[in-house]
Parts: sequence; C-alpha cells; structure tokens
Amino acid sequence: MTQTHPFVEIRHAQKSYGKLEVLKDISLTVERGQIVAIIGPSGSGKSTLLRAINDLDPLTAGEVWLDGLQVNKALPHRQYENHINEMRQQIGMVFQHFNLFPHLTVRENVTMAPKLLKTISDKEADTLAEEQLDHVGMLERIDYYPSQLSGGQKQRVAIARALAMKPKLMLFDEATSALDPELVEEVNLVMKKLAEEHMTMIIVTHEMDFAASVCDRVIFMDKGLVVEEGPPELVFKNPTQERTQNFLRKHLEGAK
Amino acid sequence: MDVELILKVYPYFLKAALVTVELSVLTTVLGLICGALGATARFSRFAIVRFLGAAYVSLFRGTPALIQLFLLYFGGPQIGIQLDAFSAGVIGLGLNIGAYMTETMRGAIISVDEGQGEAARTLGLSRAQSFRKVVLPQAMRLMIRPLGVNINAQIKGTALVSAISVVELTYTAQRYIGSTYKPFEMFFLAGILYLVIITITGKGVAYLDRRARLQ
Repeated sequence: MTQTHPFVEIRHAQKSYGKLEVLKDISLTVERGQIVAIIGPSGSGKSTLLRAINDLDPLTAGEVWLDGLQVNKALPHRQYENHINEMRQQIGMVFQHFNLFPHLTVRENVTMAPKLLKTISDKEADTLAEEQLDHVGMLERIDYYPSQLSGGQKQRVAIARALAMKPKLMLFDEATSALDPELVEEVNLVMKKLAEEHMTMIIVTHEMDFAASVCDRVIFMDKGLVVEEGPPELVFKNPTQERTQNFLRKHLEGAK
Repeated sequence: MDVELILKVYPYFLKAALVTVELSVLTTVLGLICGALGATARFSRFAIVRFLGAAYVSLFRGTPALIQLFLLYFGGPQIGIQLDAFSAGVIGLGLNIGAYMTETMRGAIISVDEGQGEAARTLGLSRAQSFRKVVLPQAMRLMIRPLGVNINAQIKGTALVSAISVVELTYTAQRYIGSTYKPFEMFFLAGILYLVIITITGKGVAYLDRRARLQ
C-alpha cells in the first residue's frame, strides 16, 4: 500500500490559555508503526500536545490528522460529537493516574466501551476482554474491582481497556509516573510488547532509559516548542541544542 | 407534665404525623425531580438554560420558604393559580427543597474526578454516555448522604405549612393547645413524633449509603 500522507500529522499546533502560550507552532509527523517519545521539562507542553491529538485539550490553532482524516475538524456541535467519538475510538489513551472506572470490575472496565458503542457483539466483547487482559497478564484478576489492584496492575488493565477498542494509535501520558519504582517494570514490559507488535505509539515520559530502548524517535520539547528531535542514540548521546544538553544533564543527575 | 392528657390525645397526633410523613414523602419526591432537572440545567451547554438553573436556585434559596408558601397559596389566586392548602404546601416546599437538592447533586457530580469523564470520552463514548455510565453512578454514591441532610431539613420544614392551615403535626399541636391550654405537653408530643420520623429516615439514608459503598 502506498501512502501519500503521513499516518499522524500535526500541523502548526498552537495552544494558549489567555496570554499564556503553551504550544507555539508545533508540526510533526509519525509514521505507521513508529514509536515516538516526547520528553522535556514539566510545563514544556508535552502533555498538552498529546492531549490535543485526540482533541481532549483542543488546539487554539492548527490541525491534527490521523490516517488521512482530520481529528479536530471544525463542525457544528452534533456532527463534531459523532466525528470525534469515531476518531477517538481509533486513538487509545493511557493516563498517569489510570482513570479506571472504580464502580466497575476489571472485565466491565474493558468491555464497557465496545458493548456501548456496539463495535462488536456482546459475546465478542467478552472474549476480546479476556484476550486483552491475558495479553497484559491480568486475566486472573478479571472479576476484581480496581481498588483491589496495585498501581501497576491498574495501569495494565487501563492499557487492555484502551486496546479493546482496537485503536490504530496509542497515546501514553506519563503512564508510569504515578507508580512505585518496583511497579514500573511490569507496565514497561507491556508497552515493549506493544512496540514489538508494531503498534503506533506516542509516549510522553520522564524515563529516558525506557525511551532509549523502545522508541524509534525522541522529541525534546521546551517552552511549547520542539527543540530537538531524532533517533534516541543521537538525542540522548549527542544532543546538538544547549537546552537539550542542560535538560539531560539535570535529569541524569536527578536519577543518580 | 400531664401524662394522662398526652395518652388521651396521642392517637390524633399519630394521624397528624401521617400527614407530616405524606408531606415529607411528596415534597422529597418533587424535590428530587426538581433537583435532577435543576442540576441538568446547570450543566447544559446552552448559556440560557444554565442561567435558568442558577436563577431557580438563587430565587428559592434566597427567600424564606414561608414567603414562597404565602405567595403561592394566598397570592396564587390573584394570578389564576387556585390550589388547596395541601397541594400548595407540597408544591411550594418541593420547589424550595429542589433548589437545595440541585446544588447537592451538582456538587456530587463535580466532585467525581475529571479523569473519569476524560477516560470515557477517549474510548469514544458520547458526552451523554460517559455521563450516564461513568460519572453519574459515582456521583450517586456521593450524593446519598448530603441528600439525606436535605431531606432531614425538609421533614422539619413541613411544619411551615401549618401557617397555611394544613392539618399536620404542628397545626394539630396548636389546635389542641387552643382547647387544652397545655402548650408544653402538646409541643412536647409533636416534637417526639418529629424525632421518630427523622430518626427512622436517618437510619434509612445511612443504610442506603452503606449499601452504595459496598457495591
């Protein structure tokens, strides 16, 4: 299949809250199957950018495209609702604080959206939930409630929940930042597994080692701009920009 | 204290207490409906509907319930609203408590973590679906207790309709004072009966709250 357009494309993204400019004209593309890490100091706009991709934080100006369709298309309210819901079904998202539904079991967390949106039959949804939970190693906790799980387990369920919609693209918003250090690895392993299956992923992270070992490309953001981007071995080992160098130096010192 | 007198009149007070219970139930039901509508209005995407919701709340919370009752019962006929005292009492007090319940429900909905709705929306659920399936079930649990507080206030508030001559507990006590000249006994008896109604209701609310937490 020949592609004339990039899989994910962000064109001149701008976002401001009043006078505060959080994103200043960001453009980038991600190819199908690519795994991209976005790093940068807090307040650099990396989470805002990620949340703009599924229009959770709408851009002030600029466009987001996924697989030939514009995600943040300007439409009348009702049409926009239908459009964005369809787009979001194709974009999985994993949050720092998991955001599992506490009143539902693990199984119900995973099957709710497929059943409600009727993307598949109820029976298929149950089978799919079991498959996805097995995939992230959480099948034996299928009838537990989120409150009965550890942070790492919650995040694995949250990933299974997102995968149950069969997304084309997965967004990770600091998926391991809220976890105890000993629980980070189990979530990283699941993400690595997804990477091996060629899921397209955009990962906002503070974990440089993980980014270096999994990602095809690293984007360093600061103050609402992309300062530097490239393969991890270049960005991490030989950053050309001073801001990148400073950030990495501080980060490595902090890690020691 | 004239215990003999109390024993003689208490059957009539029990009957009156039933009217108080009836008023409490009807005003609570009406209040819950108004509260649900009011809270929905306050989350509307149309500014005018949000304004109407807010206006309802500030109007009914900003004036005495007694004035609202008088306006409806005595002032109503002037603008073509003819209601018997009982209906006026139910409608007036129901609208009044509904304003408080609007704010209770709104508060519970707001206190559900924002990430819950966001997670539902990112899965592709519509605004309505994510509200119904994710936010509301969690808000319901949070609102049981504070709604119980509203209902408690409402039961005591039914005493106000004695002022428009609905024969409930407080009105009955006043009537018997007129014939017995024993205000202490009569108000004491009425007070005890209010306490019984409120204690039972409180236990019911606590039970519902416990059950919701266990789920």
